[in-house]
Amino acid sequence: MAEYTENELAKDLENKEYEYGFTTNIESEKIPNGLNEDVIRMISAKKNEPEWLLEFRLKSFQIWSEMVEPDWAHVKYEKPDFQAISYYAAPKKQKYESWDDVDPEMKETMNKLGISLEEQKRLTGVAVDFVMDSVSVATSFKEKLAELGIIFCSFSEAVQDHPELVKKYLGTVVPQTDNFYAALNSAVFSDGSFCYIPKGVRCPMELSTYFRINEAGTGQFERTLLIADEDSYVSYLEGCTAPQRDENQLHAAVVELISLDGAEIKYSTVQNWFPGDKDGKGGVFNFVTKRGICHTGSTISWTQVETGSAVTWKYPSCILKGDNSTGEFYSVAVTNNHQMADTGTKMIHLGKNTKSTIISKGISAGESENSYRGLVKIDRKADNARNFTQCDSLLMTDRSGAHTFPYIECENPTAQLEHEATTSKIGEDQIFYCLQRGIDEEKAIGLIVNGYCKDVLNKLPMEFAVEAQKLLTISLEGSVG
Amino acid sequence: MLKINNLHAQVEGKEILKGLNLEVKAGEVHAIMGPNGAGKSTLASVLAGNEDFEVTDGSVDFEGKDLLELETDERAKEGLFLAFQYPVEIPGVSNINFLKTAINEKREYQGKEAISAKDFMAMVREKSKLVELDSKLANRSVNVGFSGGEKKRNEIFQMAMLEPKLSVLDETDSGLDIDALRIVAKGVNELKKEDTASIVITHYQRLLDYIVPDYVHVLYDGKIVKSGPKELALELEEKGYDWIKEEIGQ
Repeated sequence: MAEYTENELAKDLENKEYEYGFTTNIESEKIPNGLNEDVIRMISAKKNEPEWLLEFRLKSFQIWSEMVEPDWAHVKYEKPDFQAISYYAAPKKQKYESWDDVDPEMKETMNKLGISLEEQKRLTGVAVDFVMDSVSVATSFKEKLAELGIIFCSFSEAVQDHPELVKKYLGTVVPQTDNFYAALNSAVFSDGSFCYIPKGVRCPMELSTYFRINEAGTGQFERTLLIADEDSYVSYLEGCTAPQRDENQLHAAVVELISLDGAEIKYSTVQNWFPGDKDGKGGVFNFVTKRGICHTGSTISWTQVETGSAVTWKYPSCILKGDNSTGEFYSVAVTNNHQMADTGTKMIHLGKNTKSTIISKGISAGESENSYRGLVKIDRKADNARNFTQCDSLLMTDRSGAHTFPYIECENPTAQLEHEATTSKIGEDQIFYCLQRGIDEEKAIGLIVNGYCKDVLNKLPMEFAVEAQKLLTISLEGSVG
Repeated sequence: MLKINNLHAQVEGKEILKGLNLEVKAGEVHAIMGPNGAGKSTLASVLAGNEDFEVTDGSVDFEGKDLLELETDERAKEGLFLAFQYPVEIPGVSNINFLKTAINEKREYQGKEAISAKDFMAMVREKSKLVELDSKLANRSVNVGFSGGEKKRNEIFQMAMLEPKLSVLDETDSGLDIDALRIVAKGVNELKKEDTASIVITHYQRLLDYIVPDYVHVLYDGKIVKSGPKELALELEEKGYDWIKEEIGQ
């Protein structure tokens, strides 16, 4: 058997084009590039927003204007020119009487993504809130959910139909002042998803949204607000793919979760933004602020499988405010070629008997850099807090990097903290063992990597787990070196 | 079935095999013995297609095909099985999933349909009994947390599941207590058929009390220097290898 040289590896990677790298030609309504108060007023007016929301946006813009873009993450990228971005784009045809009225080209896009609504409706029982270029074009299963009092709609609709809920919770977990990109999002967010689960209701289906950047040069600023009222339960899925582009695309979303007393939120993400080509050109910048607050006896569980983006910078976090609350973070982050990821979580223990679990699996291939950065903070009042952290890194090549930056701040002597970390290189002996049993190299890597990530993949809902497994294998094709 | 002719192989520039010849016919069991560093495990690795070893000369014919031209996984699919001396662990991958993948890869190669879940499970039950492997181990991750003996039994279990034409057992007896040895040998003996063959690489004669070879070969300094019937193994056990060295004039 010929030796697998670096040249062959390089060739393999070149041949592997981004699977979802296509664009649709839907006419978009787009406002001119640039950002100032007038642009914000225009966005707000187009969406027919109430005065308080305009004020929220303007205040955020003011805060953002005085902030400096941070640079502490272990990533390198050319900073976006915020005046060269268009802050609003929506497909022109916005209202559909029925599913039949939806633009056929848009349907085709969804078919390519494998998420045809019709099929979703009929077969899977998953309600899909499909977001294309900032405006939701279809929401299904609404009636069934409405019977239970569950609200699941686009953010814009929620502003119109349930302003009291939006007003009460918007910005309570991620304040406008939180960070540079959260402030920017608060000023210009276009649309996103809103979800409210009433007291004591167990949401009977997985709620899901698919995001997609579809307009060249359009930054996308999604806003998600999810409220689980007392003793309720919801499992929420988020998945993304994006078309291939030369210029960088900025994605700065904000996700806020509110888990009231005794509630449980499972939030799962499979993320596959365009990662840039083999030379590191193009690709999405994914600078996301995701955070949840747990009240007494409640749980928030973040599960993410990250394979995309040129640069990823995000830390889905939990504020364990209530006593006996639980935060969980399960993550697989894959980087290949020139991708860079700085991702992890923050677990802020404020209440007594609070528990958190962090399991992070990083996989670095090509010349990528993959960092775990995590904070475990135990407040002085948080008696008997417990944390378990496990950070594993798997290196596929000699040219890639794996880094771990754990921060622990403990102000209470009753806390129990455990931290485990490993770094390993994918074993040539493991691959040889598989080959000798007749399993080819690609399948062998798929098996080994999926085995390595099993603890995290097991936390995903069934249909998502299958998708995630495929994604992992595709992302790492021919990447051992 | 297998014909090795004048095989030379090196690792990191150092020549280990220096003109090895061996012929194995269907239905036969060949034992290869020899002192440390003679090249026994190198032979197993070269046959299986380990890229750390470079073949510099010679040929290997396997069932009419040029074995050295085949990729590692193709050799396996053609029916070559290596029971590893040190089986590796693959965390998170269940034995069952691993074997099912391997079996279906082979079936696809042969143009057959994937095995049904029912047939597969029936096969697992039957073959795990053969090596007295606890069925719980079948559901555990490949070799993870297995004792030394369990790992070796798992190798024989995999061999039974994959039904190879030619099995190469690389020091399968090392580190085994007498009970485990007996179980492993029983597995190998029961799998012996008219159209299959085995090469048993071992340091010690004791394995050959259980797996009775048709031929015994002595590998020394990269070549087979002496071949004989099973009694040769006893002689080696008794006298060591020095008399062989003398015999070949070293």
